[in-house]
Amino acid sequence: MEQLINMLMVVILLTNLLLLGSSRMGTCIPTLGFQGILLGLALPVLLFLPQGITTHILVLVLITIPLRGILFPFILFRVIRKTNIQREIEPFISYPVSIFLGILALVLAFWMNSRLTGMSVPSLHPLLLPVAFYTILVGLILIVSRKLAINQVLGYIVMENGMYVLGIAFAGEVHLLLELGVLMDVFVAVFVMSIAIYRISREFDHIDVNQLQNLKD
Amino acid sequence: MTFFLYSLSIFLVSGLLALISKRSAFLSSFFGIAGCVAGCVLGLIPSIQVLLSGQGLSFSFPWAMPLGAFVLNIDFLSAFFLVPVFVLCALAGLYGGQYLYSYRSTHCLGFSWFCFNILVGSMALVIVAANALLFLLAWELMALASFFLVIFEAKKESVRKAGWMYLITTHIGTAFLLAMFLLMAQSAKSMNFMDWDKLEYLPSLARGIFFILAVVGFGAKAGFMPLHIWLPEAHPAAPSHVSSVMSGVMIKTGIYGLIRILSFLGFPSFWWGWTLLAIGIISGVLGILFALAQSDLKRLLAYSTVENVGIITMGLGITLLGIAYQIPVLTVIGFVGSLFHVLNHALYKGLLFLCAGAVLHGTGMRDINLMGGLLKRMRYTGLFFLAGAIAICGLPPLNGFGSEFLIYFACFTGGIPGSHNVAIPALALIIFLSLIGGLSIACFSKAFGIAFSGEPRHESMNHAHDTGWLMKIPMGILALSCILVGFLSPCLLPRIFQNYLSAEHLGILEKATFSLSQITIASIVFLFLLGILALVRSLLLCVRKVETTVTWDCGYAAPTARMQYTGTSFSQILVEFYNFFLRVKQKLSAPKGLFPEPGSFSMETPDLFQEKVFSPLFVRTGNVLCILHTLQHGRIHLYVLYIIVMLIVLLLWKL
Repeated sequence: MEQLINMLMVVILLTNLLLLGSSRMGTCIPTLGFQGILLGLALPVLLFLPQGITTHILVLVLITIPLRGILFPFILFRVIRKTNIQREIEPFISYPVSIFLGILALVLAFWMNSRLTGMSVPSLHPLLLPVAFYTILVGLILIVSRKLAINQVLGYIVMENGMYVLGIAFAGEVHLLLELGVLMDVFVAVFVMSIAIYRISREFDHIDVNQLQNLKD
Repeated sequence: MTFFLYSLSIFLVSGLLALISKRSAFLSSFFGIAGCVAGCVLGLIPSIQVLLSGQGLSFSFPWAMPLGAFVLNIDFLSAFFLVPVFVLCALAGLYGGQYLYSYRSTHCLGFSWFCFNILVGSMALVIVAANALLFLLAWELMALASFFLVIFEAKKESVRKAGWMYLITTHIGTAFLLAMFLLMAQSAKSMNFMDWDKLEYLPSLARGIFFILAVVGFGAKAGFMPLHIWLPEAHPAAPSHVSSVMSGVMIKTGIYGLIRILSFLGFPSFWWGWTLLAIGIISGVLGILFALAQSDLKRLLAYSTVENVGIITMGLGITLLGIAYQIPVLTVIGFVGSLFHVLNHALYKGLLFLCAGAVLHGTGMRDINLMGGLLKRMRYTGLFFLAGAIAICGLPPLNGFGSEFLIYFACFTGGIPGSHNVAIPALALIIFLSLIGGLSIACFSKAFGIAFSGEPRHESMNHAHDTGWLMKIPMGILALSCILVGFLSPCLLPRIFQNYLSAEHLGILEKATFSLSQITIASIVFLFLLGILALVRSLLLCVRKVETTVTWDCGYAAPTARMQYTGTSFSQILVEFYNFFLRVKQKLSAPKGLFPEPGSFSMETPDLFQEKVFSPLFVRTGNVLCILHTLQHGRIHLYVLYIIVMLIVLLLWKL
């Protein structure tokens, strides 16, 4: 069991690195969906199986998987089909450097975890918090380093995934309604952003964030 | 108190109704006016009740606002300020109905009425709020509502500029108020005004700081020089009923706030009185000088508002000196005089702005130099303006005289015989108040004389027409109340203040009002004689032939209206004399040669403080802050990077 959870954590870390390193949207979006399913199904089940699965966890799983695993990739696929984008060619930070930054972020995440002595919950898996921090940082790196607006949405979802892992750590304590509220927010945000990207691409024939600076006053 | 709450909710509901029905100009005007008048009448009931009974009303309501509490309290001071607010707003609302209606095809009246009713409601709320947070919220609501009213004609560049200037000045004031209220709340450990009595035990340095903050914060609203710069811009830009309300009562909320804060601060240091007196003298003298130099009627009135606020502040300054040096005559009469001036100024300045609006409505002009002969064409407006002008000059027996007389009386009986500590300020006040009085007579003779008598200087005066009844009635009521308050003030004042002052102080007040009543009687006799003379004249004229002829016919073959004095030339001697303060800009291209080509001469008086102080200051600040503009480059991902860096730094710092 312990082995299985460790493996799962490592896979999540690897999906993050893959997101940082791949330029093709055709790779990134399924990876994101895969990460969503891992987070939604495997993580809570494996973590909470020993203590017994409550309705709280069940509801969370039943809502997270369709949302993070299926609906978000579906929406993103729709956007790239409509805007006709295959890959990001020239990001601000090149892919090798992004991976290097990702590794630095991993170090930072573990260091942060080592300093967080006050937050140790007894039943917490030792890798859970670093993975959460790491996923959030990767999401932020994605937002900052990419030019295409679709990648900003991707980064936002990755960051949200990280927050979800952080939430899992306290799943017993946090109220269900709160978690659902967060999910609802994410859903609406992704929905709105995808519509916005579609509109931007129709209006300007591109979705390059860098060129949006022309819009400032 | 129930009536007051009803009145507040009527303002809100009618404002919303006007907003909803904005497609129909008639419906939204109807809701706006009806709500405004009904709310004001309902609100007047508790105010007058408090004034006459002397018993305060209070109300509190559970409110889920952090630190805030919905506590309302109508005491004597609130009631005294509420009365002019409700009276003037109801009349201005009535007037505005017809005034705004001519804009119906180009402007959205619903929004304007919404803002107007919100403005009235928020002013009332500012005056009764007994919690610092509620006060600030109402204060801000008042500023925003009036801002939107000022920019009614936002399509004009000048109006937008005036609106910005007002918004910025009022928010600079609010910033000071925010600091003051937070510091006071911290010292008193409560946001409720009822717990702020203990502030008077603070060391005098802390109270001095509060006093300075209050003077700057409330002064920006009240129009103390040099924070007055928004008045001459915003008042001409706003629709006339709005400028009437803003100038008549809204700026008085600044005076109210200052008095309210002073009531918490306990025994004043002597320099407080000196400060207020100096501000009052500067505002009063420079205000009326700038008014004299203006040729725009509404701008002139706006500067004269600064002057009147100066008079009120002088009265407050002498009151504080009276408290500091324990001279009850100065305290009582000075305070009653300035409060009474607040009421009077609301009445006559409201009236004058409404008249200016009627002139604008009838002729489409604001420039006095182009007017003339309006008394024949706009008989009622002219007479009402005359009443307002006499009142504002402080001539007996109209109401402006009463309040200025009381301030003089305080100085003569309380200040001059006292020690040099009070004799010098009292003497200064007397000198400068009489200077202000003289200059304001010059200023309003110019305003009335040039605009209403003589011959038209511009062709658009020829088809000037008097206003409709809906606009005449409010002006008439205000003119009548200026006259009535003037005649009745000797008996009215002791009656109003009897519940507020102790018996000893009331005795002092009665002594002052007794002198006032003698002057009133004398002027009644004078008026009576004048009436007899007029009667004799009309009797004599009855039997003779009366002819009308051109005004300028002294041997000229072809007299034209351009031979008359203009407003600028009328005031030229005085303006020239005080040019050191005014810095008039003259442009002269004199005709040259034996066969002179057309020459021209123009004169304008820009605001000294705006030109020399605020514009350079703001330009410099803007240049410095432009450096920060490089941070705002429009690259979204870099903005996110800022956030990340900040988050990580905070995280690392705290870990």
